[in-house]
Amino acid sequence: MAKFVTLKLLRLIGVVFAVSALTFVMVAMLPADIAYDIAGQDATPAQIEAIRAELGLDQNVLVRYGHWLMSLAQGDMGRSFRSDEPVLDAIWSRLPVTIELLVLSQVFALLLAIPAGVYCAYRAGSRFDRVLGSTGFGMISVPTFVLAIVLIYLFALRLEWLPATGYEPFSEGVWANLRTFVLPSLSIALVEWVPLMRTLRSDMIATLKEDFISMAKAKGLPAWRILTRHALRPSSFTLITILGLQIGGLIGGALIIETIFALPGIGRLLINAIYARDYMIVQGCILFIAVGYVVINFVVDMLYVALDPRIRTAGAGG
Amino acid sequence: MSRSIHGFERRARVAEAVASSGARGARRRKLNVMLWLPIAWIAFVFGCALSADWWPMPEPDYMDFLSQGAPPGTTGEVPIGAFESSEGLEHYVFWLGTDMMGRDIVSRLMFGARVSLTLGLLAPLIGLVIGGGLGMAAGYWRGMLEATAVGVTDTILAFPGIVLLLAIVFYLGGSLLNLTLALGFLTVPAFYRVARANTLTYAEREFVTAAKAMGASDVSILAREILPNVIMPMLVYALLIVALLIVVEGVLSFLGLSVPTAPSWGGMIAEGREYLDEHPRLCFVPAFVMFLTVLSFNLLGDRLRGLTDVRESNI
Amino acid sequence: MLTVSNLRTHFHTGRGIVRAVDGVSFNLARGRTLGIVGESGSGKTVLVRSLLGLLPSTAKFGGETEIGFEGRPLDIRSETALNQVRGRAIAMVFQDPMTSLNPVMTVGAQITESLRYHLGLTGGEARERAVALIDSVGIPMARQRIDQHPHQLSGGLRQRVAIAIALACEPKLLIADEPTTALDVTIQAEILDLLARQQAERDMAMILITHDLGVVAGRADDIAVMYAGRIVERAPTARLFANMRMPYTQALMNAIPRLEAPPNTPLRTIGGRPPDLVNPPPGCRFAPRCPRAESRCTDHEPPLEGGESGHRFACWYPVGEPGAA
Ligand SMILES: Nc1ncnc2c1ncn2[C@@H]1O[C@H](COP(=O)(O)OP(=O)(O)O)[C@@H](O)[C@H]1O
Ligand code: SF4
Ligand SMILES: [Mg+2]
Repeated sequence: MAKFVTLKLLRLIGVVFAVSALTFVMVAMLPADIAYDIAGQDATPAQIEAIRAELGLDQNVLVRYGHWLMSLAQGDMGRSFRSDEPVLDAIWSRLPVTIELLVLSQVFALLLAIPAGVYCAYRAGSRFDRVLGSTGFGMISVPTFVLAIVLIYLFALRLEWLPATGYEPFSEGVWANLRTFVLPSLSIALVEWVPLMRTLRSDMIATLKEDFISMAKAKGLPAWRILTRHALRPSSFTLITILGLQIGGLIGGALIIETIFALPGIGRLLINAIYARDYMIVQGCILFIAVGYVVINFVVDMLYVALDPRIRTAGAGG
Repeated sequence: MSRSIHGFERRARVAEAVASSGARGARRRKLNVMLWLPIAWIAFVFGCALSADWWPMPEPDYMDFLSQGAPPGTTGEVPIGAFESSEGLEHYVFWLGTDMMGRDIVSRLMFGARVSLTLGLLAPLIGLVIGGGLGMAAGYWRGMLEATAVGVTDTILAFPGIVLLLAIVFYLGGSLLNLTLALGFLTVPAFYRVARANTLTYAEREFVTAAKAMGASDVSILAREILPNVIMPMLVYALLIVALLIVVEGVLSFLGLSVPTAPSWGGMIAEGREYLDEHPRLCFVPAFVMFLTVLSFNLLGDRLRGLTDVRESNI
Repeated sequence: MLTVSNLRTHFHTGRGIVRAVDGVSFNLARGRTLGIVGESGSGKTVLVRSLLGLLPSTAKFGGETEIGFEGRPLDIRSETALNQVRGRAIAMVFQDPMTSLNPVMTVGAQITESLRYHLGLTGGEARERAVALIDSVGIPMARQRIDQHPHQLSGGLRQRVAIAIALACEPKLLIADEPTTALDVTIQAEILDLLARQQAERDMAMILITHDLGVVAGRADDIAVMYAGRIVERAPTARLFANMRMPYTQALMNAIPRLEAPPNTPLRTIGGRPPDLVNPPPGCRFAPRCPRAESRCTDHEPPLEGGESGHRFACWYPVGEPGAA
């Protein structure tokens, strides 16, 4: 097990390093000199020189990368060109919103996927199973942003149950806060749950053929208890992998969902910074998201270890 | 160790049994419908995109100020075809109505299909060639080459795709060429994996060993023996990628970050959003067209995958 | 206590109807042991799994099938009826302890589960009982073992755990489906002795399945020999060994692994293969492989009929009688 964790940890460090280099190279590759972009059209050459010096653009690329890494290590990601806000502060203040959105959407997705997947496996081939299978297939063909608009139209504009856009902080009350997250997280969850459900279903069908399920049946336990206590956990390893794999898509989904619902998260920060051509914020957000993604994947791997006692003692081979 | 491998094999066999059980005959007809309907729709969208210039309708950007937000079926007077070459105003029926600037929805949908399809089809081609080539090489020669390729693709995959895409669009600009290259780049790892997995399964087969014994060179084995077997699963996989990329292009144009000069489905949805309450069709018509197209590619890919027998567990 | 009458279990598959069990009848009295012997594929597992409803949904039972248990009919088509007896009155030990224990649950959890569910014991009580059970099946250091996962135990220990699970609710009937086939030869006898001891102590009836006549020789009161989904010979153990009538039984007898043979040698000493159960051969199903077969054997099916003192066999030309010629 120690070997497994070390291996994953080494990979984590390697990928973080590569990601930082890539992010940096992108800025270094800018076609037009960003100094012009920042200073505006009627800047004097002196002003431009000053900005270039501040950004270190007059130095060698490797030297710049070294400097950049050094300041990164000290938690300094530079400042916004527009608002002068430190990049890291801007990200930290938006982070809770994004995390809440991601967590809630995963929770909704799992709440849909687990009962549906378990039941469909238990009654594989039944009418319910087939209908749900086709519905799921249709739903993954709906782009997240389209689904968001459909939900807004139905639940905000027609039924007027929930707000169409906007954000209430937690300080305004838990319910007020949650209300603003229902439609955004559903927009993500209603697409994300399908692969989760399918994976769980097919793994569960395989598990239900195992001898130990016959054994549990022979004990005279009721079906629901066999499904939840005996079959669910051994069937959920691929589910967790998929959960991890989906996080990339999820972050992408969160970007656009935050923009549509005007939630002040990192996605909206990034998109707005792109519109405003605020390089430092864009660079910071991309780095942050990429590293966050790698770290989450690492955590998912560790979750695997916690869930399967065989890996826990046996080691990487399993 | 051997036990877990054994368990895995059994699992795969069980999955196969599940997949192949059930009344096949009864599903046959349904399968055919589910194959031909998507093909028909994709052909239709293709036809529209290719022939958009020749239809008697206004240009997608022509604004008829007298018919702003007109409901479907409204008639108006518009120049037909390119503005400069048209011969005055002609009587015209806006079959799907106009948007809030008085532009014809049918015309915008047909021209919008061009961006979606160009990106959706060209980008996977890049991934197919580069990723497929790399994957076959890695699966055939293994060793350092494979290790390096896995490292590189892992790093690409470590970026959430859309963020990488935004970064590319932001730093390099959102021209059609840039977008195609960027999206193509993003699909490389996926094709790489499919190609490698399939090559691995064929590299040990008798016909390859036989070709080797007869003194065929590695390159000719790859081209003559392995490629014909690997290409089908990759093409089928490409269909699923096309569906995905149409959505990604939709997201970008919805955000206003795709090709800025051309009409696009995502852009129409974004513009229609402002009037969602009073004129929901402005959003829902392009959204529905997009949904049908994505669904068709997904369906087609899914059905054909069942037929060409790609083992997902190998990927 | 257990009466099985005309049990037919057929699988409806894409290839056709697999007649895995095709008209099996027998009785089993309280506290007795019935050994069921037959080559691999003869339908032993399907037979006992039918009794507990542990088959996939492709399995269908024949219309005349009737099962009685403790004087009452047992509807093996009904999950509710089966759940009345599963675990509490009839328990089962499976062939492969590597796959029959849940890999992600502790040994203790798997034992206490039925204690809590069927007997309504609380956590602490159930745990004490589980420790006692583990101890009684001969696992040392029961208190430590109870918190371990199956993969931490050897095959023999796992099978003991499986036996402990089966015994938890004091069943009246224990079914052991080839409980030692997957185990090392050196521990096979230990497990069989353990089963015999528990059976005697608890006054249970037992069905002991094996493909090895040697296994049931000293351990069963009666023996039923199965071939191609049917019982072809049945007798009290001593009688059967003294006077085998079916050529098939005799072939099985000759196939008993000798000590010097490598362990787990598959039973391939009978020439030919068991018949296809979708299209079983006409007449006697053993005819294609039988050295004594005559034309009558393929024309007419021999009924399962008696010689004396409970000895029944289905054969036109039994061993020990002159052939047709
Ligand atoms: N689920 C099933 N579907 C179809 N045929 C089956 C199934 N299970 C068992 N069989 C068939 O039933 C016959 C008897 O099998 P089994 O009872 O396992 O034999 P034994 O336990 O005596 O070795 C075999 O021919 C087997 O192929
Ligand atoms: S009936 Fe005929 S074929 Fe069957 S076992 Fe007896 S002798 Fe052999
Ligand atoms: Mg068996």
